Amino acid sequence: MDTFDRWRERFADQLREPQLRRLAFALLATGAGLLPLLAGSAQAGLSKMSTDGADTLLMLIGSALVLLMTPGLAFFYGGFTRSKNVLNCMMMSFFLMGLIGVLWVVIGYSLSFGMGFSSPFIGGLEHFMLNGLGGPLGDGPLADGFAISSTSFALFQGMFAIITPALISGALVERISFKAWFWFCLLWSLFVYSPMAKMVWGGGFLGPFGSIGAIDFAGGTVVHIASGVAALVAAAIIGSRSTWPDSKRPPHNVPFILLGAGLLWFGWFGFNGASMFASKTAGYPFLTTSTSASAGLLAWCLLEWFKDGKPTAVGAATGAVAGLVGITPAAGFVYIPASIIIGALTALACFIAVRVKSAIQFDDSLDTFMVHGVGGTLGALLTGFFAQKTLVPADYFPLSAKILEEGGNFGLFVAQLKAVLITYGFVAIATALILFVLRAFMPLRVTAEEEDRGLDFVAHGEEAYDPMTN
Amino acid sequence: MIRPSKLDSVKDALVAIDIVGMTVTDARGFGRQKGQVERYRGTEFKVDFLSKLKVMIIIPDEKLEAALTAITTAAHTGEIGDGKIFVSPVEDAIRIRTGDRGTEAL
Repeated sequence: MDTFDRWRERFADQLREPQLRRLAFALLATGAGLLPLLAGSAQAGLSKMSTDGADTLLMLIGSALVLLMTPGLAFFYGGFTRSKNVLNCMMMSFFLMGLIGVLWVVIGYSLSFGMGFSSPFIGGLEHFMLNGLGGPLGDGPLADGFAISSTSFALFQGMFAIITPALISGALVERISFKAWFWFCLLWSLFVYSPMAKMVWGGGFLGPFGSIGAIDFAGGTVVHIASGVAALVAAAIIGSRSTWPDSKRPPHNVPFILLGAGLLWFGWFGFNGASMFASKTAGYPFLTTSTSASAGLLAWCLLEWFKDGKPTAVGAATGAVAGLVGITPAAGFVYIPASIIIGALTALACFIAVRVKSAIQFDDSLDTFMVHGVGGTLGALLTGFFAQKTLVPADYFPLSAKILEEGGNFGLFVAQLKAVLITYGFVAIATALILFVLRAFMPLRVTAEEEDRGLDFVAHGEEAYDPMTN
Repeated sequence: MIRPSKLDSVKDALVAIDIVGMTVTDARGFGRQKGQVERYRGTEFKVDFLSKLKVMIIIPDEKLEAALTAITTAAHTGEIGDGKIFVSPVEDAIRIRTGDRGTEAL
């Protein structure tokens, strides 16, 4: 029973099926007609460069690394579920490589990084099917001040668009209907991810060319806070698993969790490292990223060792991921000591968050909000504290550099806080609306019998581990 | 039902008294042995069922006492959780390859 089922029961007379459908259509139409508002601002002081091979190669390798994070995430999450649900869990990530991969090329990139609507909130339609990226091979430089090819940027960003909704799956495993998941990801990618990417990276409202001036190196807000908040809201609406908390089961395959964490760490070199968009200096975010992961892993294990007497494999994996989440908005903006502090503090915050969730027995099943939401929030705020003026050049980050100059790190912290709060509000409301619209057309959950049977068979007609296959 | 770590010594002890066929299945069980508490990301799981092995042998009546002694000695540790042996009669046995019946089939 999800939240909307409960509302139905209570307001059975007032809420009738045809009325709900009409309301849902109306909301969809409004969402689709996103209106251009204020004009976007122009860039200043950046020179035209020609495409550089090494820089572009960085993006291509980075794209491959980030893509690997999606199957890596599938393993990381898959190890936690029951064996009868592991394929469904992994499909919730794996399938998006298909769905979002196509959606991004068709319209997603354009909505995230286009300028067609002249809006600080959403891109445009001019890059439909990746049209107009400069030359038949799109090998022109992305923009003034960048030597990477436009296609490599579009490709790289597409990998981010794929993994972000995949992260949300962690909160909804073992009970969400795969059909509902399909439509949810499609709508969420268009109406939440793309606006977020536009607002933070695409010269939009929240970023250094917009009104708020927040900085986000590789996706603390766009990826981690967005997916974390969406997970929280969706988990609250869809409700707990029927086996939670009374018949909860331990992870069915902890080695998968370690494998997944290793792949994620490896891929994160691309996620953060290649977000420098320049090969000579990319080594810096590579270093801060890995250091933060190490600090996070160490911190979590030490915390467990002191508190529970034993460091755990799951804890080591989670601590590393928490450190990686925390450094994501900060990687190219902070010095090395800060990266250690960020890794350790994020691990601590997530450690506490996970215990709180356990205590209140909220079924964000795989701790998506506790790690990505909490970690992304702390990382975004710490970026304000630790960002170095020399690493936030004014020609690439005009408003942010100005805030740092005039208000110091505290000023930047305030800008980060504003961006975080706006992100929370936007993502929470938009996610709830999307689920509300979907609910008018299909059930969000599988039935109790299907939950019991196992979603691998129910949704995919497969069994992960058939003991009789030989 | 025996501890998994005792499989090799039980097998060796049975082979030593000329009992050369057995079937082993993974099992989870508990008797007086308490379960264990596992912790994953701050959530505790009480795991009552512990790993055991179910060893099944079919033997002629005259070997029963020897087999019981062999198994008991080999599987013993003195700690709670050593396991149990259940003895039950078998109506018939058939070797599928040749069609032998009764004790011939063992």
